[in-house]
Amino acid sequence: MSGDANHFALPTLRFLTCGSVDDGKSTLIGRLLYEQKSIFDDQMSALERDSKKHGTVGDDIDFALLVDGLEAEREQGITIDVAYRYFSTKKRAFVVADTPGHEQFTRNMATGASNADLAILLVDARKGLLPQTRRHAFIVSLLGIRDVVLAVNKIDLVGHDPHVFSSIVKDFETFAERLNFRSVTPIPVSARYGDNLSEPSQAMPWYTGPTLVGFLETVEVRDRRADGPFRLPVQWVNRPNLDFRGYAGTVAGGRVSPGDEVAVSASGRTTRVLRVIASGHDVEAAEAGDAVTLTLADEIDIARGDLLADPKARPPVADQFAAHVIWMSEERLLPGRSYLMKIAEKLVPVTVTDLKHRIDINSLEHNAAKTLGLNEIGFCNFATSAPIAFDPYGKNRDTGAFILIDRATNATAAAGLVDFALRRATNIHLQDLAVTKAARAALKHQKPAILWFTGLSGAGKSTVANVVETKLHARGVHTVMLDGDNVRHGLNKDLGFTDADRVENIRRVGEVAKLMVEAGTVALCSFISPFAAERRMVRELVEPGEFVEVFVDAPIESCIARDPKGLYKRALAGEIRNFTGIDQPYERPEHAEVVLAAGEATPEALADQVIAALEERGIIQRF
Amino acid sequence: MPGRLSAHLRRLESEAIHIMREVVAEFRKPVMLYSIGKDSTAMLHVAQKAFFPAVPPFPLLHVDTTWKFREMIAFRDDAAKRAGMELIVHVNQDGVRRGISPVASGSSVHTQVMKTEGLRQALDQHGFDAAFGGARRDEEKSRAKERVFSHRSEAHAWDPRNQRPELWHLYNTRIRQGESMRVFPLSNWTEFDVWDYIQAEDIPVVPLYFAKERPVVRRDGALIMVDDERLPLKSGETPEMRRVRFRTLGCYPLTGAVDSDADTLDAVLAEMRDSTTSERQGRLIDSDEAGSMEKKKREGYF
Repeated sequence: MSGDANHFALPTLRFLTCGSVDDGKSTLIGRLLYEQKSIFDDQMSALERDSKKHGTVGDDIDFALLVDGLEAEREQGITIDVAYRYFSTKKRAFVVADTPGHEQFTRNMATGASNADLAILLVDARKGLLPQTRRHAFIVSLLGIRDVVLAVNKIDLVGHDPHVFSSIVKDFETFAERLNFRSVTPIPVSARYGDNLSEPSQAMPWYTGPTLVGFLETVEVRDRRADGPFRLPVQWVNRPNLDFRGYAGTVAGGRVSPGDEVAVSASGRTTRVLRVIASGHDVEAAEAGDAVTLTLADEIDIARGDLLADPKARPPVADQFAAHVIWMSEERLLPGRSYLMKIAEKLVPVTVTDLKHRIDINSLEHNAAKTLGLNEIGFCNFATSAPIAFDPYGKNRDTGAFILIDRATNATAAAGLVDFALRRATNIHLQDLAVTKAARAALKHQKPAILWFTGLSGAGKSTVANVVETKLHARGVHTVMLDGDNVRHGLNKDLGFTDADRVENIRRVGEVAKLMVEAGTVALCSFISPFAAERRMVRELVEPGEFVEVFVDAPIESCIARDPKGLYKRALAGEIRNFTGIDQPYERPEHAEVVLAAGEATPEALADQVIAALEERGIIQRF
Repeated sequence: MPGRLSAHLRRLESEAIHIMREVVAEFRKPVMLYSIGKDSTAMLHVAQKAFFPAVPPFPLLHVDTTWKFREMIAFRDDAAKRAGMELIVHVNQDGVRRGISPVASGSSVHTQVMKTEGLRQALDQHGFDAAFGGARRDEEKSRAKERVFSHRSEAHAWDPRNQRPELWHLYNTRIRQGESMRVFPLSNWTEFDVWDYIQAEDIPVVPLYFAKERPVVRRDGALIMVDDERLPLKSGETPEMRRVRFRTLGCYPLTGAVDSDADTLDAVLAEMRDSTTSERQGRLIDSDEAGSMEKKKREGYF
């Protein structure tokens, strides 16, 4: 434990190391920790033991083993995750994010970069720039890191040759012209032997620049957020008693003092700050990075997720915007599917309305794409279900960054960076309608609803739906039928059966069904609709209670046996691809309002179950 | 006054406060694991600031192995009282009935039954869906890769290969029914930061951290304090009075003391600056084998 982080002139430097596999990242960090005496005797003896067992450098100490923490990666000899390391020199404290070089783990590199001030890009002197180096440089640039060190490692293995070094530097500078770096500092190093890490290398008299540690100790990467306009995403409302109502959160931009005017972004209302509480005390001022609690002069409606801002420099408020996304999930991005977006403290349903292009991170070219897979980067238009306040990521990382969460698995599916609003929400006014849904329904003496029949092909959805509609019609209920096959002959005849097209198919049908509900009718929809996410999307288009999910649950064997359209036969023969139940999954509904055990009862009996459920829910009158 | 904290500590404190508020805003029933040590003590202090003027809106939980130093237990009860928070003490009664102890059962069985299983019992029994822990990433290799919000399955298991990426300060707090989250607000603090914070904020800590004459025996190279009559002395062992202190606190038969004259915070900090061993060296449970912490964590150890 050298150094005392609390008396340094410069703030703690957070940096990440990245580069291709075997470029020596872990060795570099292990060596830095070793040289800065951040490795204790007991850790050192554990390292010597481990080096004999797992090491890859003969009898020498394998510094990489210090940082390759988890058992699995030690056995495979790779780093599979982000590891955070802490060390300090006499001048400065450091937090290092060690990130993996394998392509499939690019998401972890973006994770490490998201909180870093600076990046060290490692290049193996023998190999020069690799595709992976370019990818990482691009991600680092995309995530807003402006200063990079190009560490040309293993320089000892090319005889400390200055020409090898300068040619790699030239290659990188040419590539980096298209990126958004403020500074690139090239340093030739040998992580294994410590050349140019803390001490200038005797073997490279031709190199007169700083050592790596010397550079890191002095580089200034000022956090400019405090200079920007005031931003406070409200995280939690503190109401211990009737006399105190405080809005707690971490200042994301600018400064705040008692007496300042602030605006609530969503409503536009303004008020004045009474007290600023930080670290458990009243303070005169707080700035970006401080966790605070504010009390305000007026009682106005403010909740978690609202953004308090400088009224003279308000953030854009929009429900449609363009953003870059880094896809981090095995499940592909599907335009039209509903995800949860978390931006600042706001959680809101969102869909990708248009995938503009995918970025080839080797050539930086823009390519047309229908979906994004794991580790792919795209540029998309988004639509949120409610307007949100934000800043472009380039202006403020805290109010311009978001994550997407998969609604079925809760996995973090993507990281996003907002570029700009597509149109201001304040400009879109929904047309106020003189005749309401309730008025239209009242004229028909009925309650509108969507009856959503889902299940495998051949389960009997359309058959049961037809009987239900006949029964409803006989009772004088105004109905309309949207059937999967029929819709594909008209409205959706441009769509196929890929995951992306299936999502769009359901989105359109959902919107049509919603219009039918607006018209006061009962819309019966019969669609395989294999994905839970899309069924939920339709459910959320209408009011609670208006969506009735009917799961026609037939075992796949009986569907294959029944095979009314001969489709299973062809799918099993490989003539039809993307067939649900055969080579595409069907996600069973977990909370359907009605579950019909198909195959055991007649369509007539199944339809009666649906009618009974509708009576029970008050959608139709009991006779 | 807040001005006392350096910019470095202020940033760490703000980050920890942000994490705690996120949990309170998003989870149904959080709890704070309170292990009585310096990290827990710093964490509790941050929590009081995070929710000021309210009292932190969650209880404290101590999983008592029944082998803690007596001074720890006294300190624990005082600390909860000072904070005005509810303190839940859980003992794995099944383990007690089975006679599990670090002396009779060995360190790894004792830790598994009394700490890991005890913790799981307490979390299940009270239905907590989020639990704060004072662990820091600089403590141990597998900790270095753990998330701030660490997802646990219904069986409390940790899957290091399937962790959610954690970007910026955007924490994905979504869980399913029965699942839970372990949350580590001090993830980015170092041992040094914790002590510095304790000094700057003048926070009381268990006196065991300061040097004093204490009865100890030397066992497997470690100095073990004879805290009560339950520690059976091996032949040739006689307790001797030595001036010692502890860098880390656990079950007393499993925690090694170090020779020291540091009897004030200043002296402790000065000693640490010159230290050449890590704090976990005093923990006998980690040295069983490499990767032992990771194994324990997968099974639900904090």
